[in-house]
Amino acid sequence: MPRSRDNARPQPIPTSGPAAQTPPSRSSSLFDLRSVIALLFGVYGLVLLIMGIISGDAPANLAKTGGMNLNLDVGIAMLITAALFALWVRLRPLRIITPPPPDQR
Amino acid sequence: MTAAAQANDILRLHPDVVDYLLVAFYFALVLGIGFAARRSVSSSLDFLLSGRAMPAWITGLAFISANLGAIELIGFVANGARYGIASAHYYWIGAIPAMVFLGLVMMPFYYGSRARSVPEFLRKRFDRTTQRVQAVIFALSSVLIAGVNLFSLALVLEALLGWPLLAAIPIAAVVVLLYISFGGLSAAIYSEVLQFFLILGLLIPITIAGLSRVGGWSGLKAAVTAGPGGAAQLSAWPGTPLTEIADPVLSVIGIVFGLGFVLSFGYWTTNFAEVQRALSAKSMSAACRTPLIGAYPKALIPLVIIIPGMLAAVLIPALKTLKAGGDSGVTYNNALSLLIKEVLPNGILGVAIAGLLAAFMAGMAANISSLNTVFTYDIWQDWLKPDQPDSYYLKVGRTVTVIGCFLAIGTAFIASGSSNLMDYLQALFSFFNAPLFAIFILGLFWKRMTGTSAWVGLLCGTAAAVIIDTLVRTNVIVLSSQAGSFVGASAAFVVGVGVAIAVSLVTTPKPDRELVGLVWSLTPKSSREHPIERDDAGWYRSPSLLGAGVLVITVILYIIFA
Repeated sequence: MPRSRDNARPQPIPTSGPAAQTPPSRSSSLFDLRSVIALLFGVYGLVLLIMGIISGDAPANLAKTGGMNLNLDVGIAMLITAALFALWVRLRPLRIITPPPPDQR
Repeated sequence: MTAAAQANDILRLHPDVVDYLLVAFYFALVLGIGFAARRSVSSSLDFLLSGRAMPAWITGLAFISANLGAIELIGFVANGARYGIASAHYYWIGAIPAMVFLGLVMMPFYYGSRARSVPEFLRKRFDRTTQRVQAVIFALSSVLIAGVNLFSLALVLEALLGWPLLAAIPIAAVVVLLYISFGGLSAAIYSEVLQFFLILGLLIPITIAGLSRVGGWSGLKAAVTAGPGGAAQLSAWPGTPLTEIADPVLSVIGIVFGLGFVLSFGYWTTNFAEVQRALSAKSMSAACRTPLIGAYPKALIPLVIIIPGMLAAVLIPALKTLKAGGDSGVTYNNALSLLIKEVLPNGILGVAIAGLLAAFMAGMAANISSLNTVFTYDIWQDWLKPDQPDSYYLKVGRTVTVIGCFLAIGTAFIASGSSNLMDYLQALFSFFNAPLFAIFILGLFWKRMTGTSAWVGLLCGTAAAVIIDTLVRTNVIVLSSQAGSFVGASAAFVVGVGVAIAVSLVTTPKPDRELVGLVWSLTPKSSREHPIERDDAGWYRSPSLLGAGVLVITVILYIIFA
């Protein structure tokens, strides 16, 4: 692949590909985005699940959603999403640089 | 009660404590990312391009999220309500081929050139003048568009939650400022990915609940067929209501060439707010995959954005009146908030409000962070104040973020004076993206093209688009604003290419050896490829396969909704 042909610039320009194992600074210490997604949907899912159980069958809500308990259904879906992201973090923990998708080989 | 007050009352959502807590939780999380990201930022490259360490799935989703701003969200739910399925052209033919082209053809040149911004790439291929012309134009348009985003955000806050505009604009600006300035692009990219999922958490429930209300897809079809638009709104082609070109053949040509080629390629291949996401990828292969991974959600999003629009048009009495030609005090731009109010119970309502706010922040953060990069590198470092230590440019980057947010507050008040935001934005894109695409594509395939011809072509192309826009506005040329921006973009492209060819023939080109890696014919095939080892290995990571896959999905979607 083309290497930097423009060495006159003063800043460190990191190379890519295999040589990029060490990023220019510790961007690797940024906490794992997948855990943040799991946290967001975990909390949202739990709140919606509780809302669904408490008031999901109230007539006013059923009239809005056309007869489905939307909070409950979306809450469950979000909890499943959160669990999947948490599982991904578990199976492929953060390496030096953020890891590839989980299904490698 | 006045019509405006009445409309305001129709629009007002009634969030309860739980809803507000869900919104607050999201913003706490986003600011948390900013603080955490800040600890790991130590160079200007880190701040502006995330140290080029992002994996492809993150940059891919950020790529599409940077595009899925709130104007897009509100605008396309509105289009769905008004035109039906034909609006999906903007997502399919108007995006997918260009995104595949960007990933497979252009990205090796962008990423391989090690340019940190689109103007810097122009300097390498052409000359400093082209870089500076484009950097100034870009900085200007970023601030204008950030203002539009900020203003629309404030409008939503005002209409939905009852916050006054004067307070909502600065509050929103401060929150965007906090999270970009604490973490640079890392924070912007991370929260964009979070926003992407949150926006899905808004769109999917309204689609499901809306469909449940009308009795499923067949119920929706029956309702739309019985409505004012008729069955024509259930098919994508020939799209005459969308283009406002009466002749079906010309309408198809307008969509395929105007939208599918000039506007779409111009937008997707040169729009720095998106391309910057790919430049942050950790390897050439990841950079190429960025727009391709983004293309998959792009192809599928119309299902949860156009269909809700159609649902809103059949479910909400005020919109039904509007569509039948009556006046009910609402506009199509209210379709999304009306539908949210109509179908979502408290609880999920809080998620939806957080998603809407997130979408506005995504758009504005994308504008500000790319303004930041272009200003710091292309205007300040390469032009006004070269040869300073890196820490100096890091400080400049942070300062520009603050100034950019304040300028956006100003342009937000300017935007508040314009009558139709979508038209305003479309016009901006035809001014800036179409001529840029013209010189890009010519420069990529024609090594004889010179530096002088690039900036002259750029300025002439922009002038052509501005002239067409003025003629359409003053009714010298009678065209709808939609068709006007198709014609304006085409004119900008043709004039840009024409002028660049003419000027190139009378000026001296760069020697071949300086163009290796920047011009197709001078770049050996081996350097356009990328290593396929470690994180880049695996057949499913092949860019060509990913590109082919999304094209097939798009064709299937077109067959389903023909």
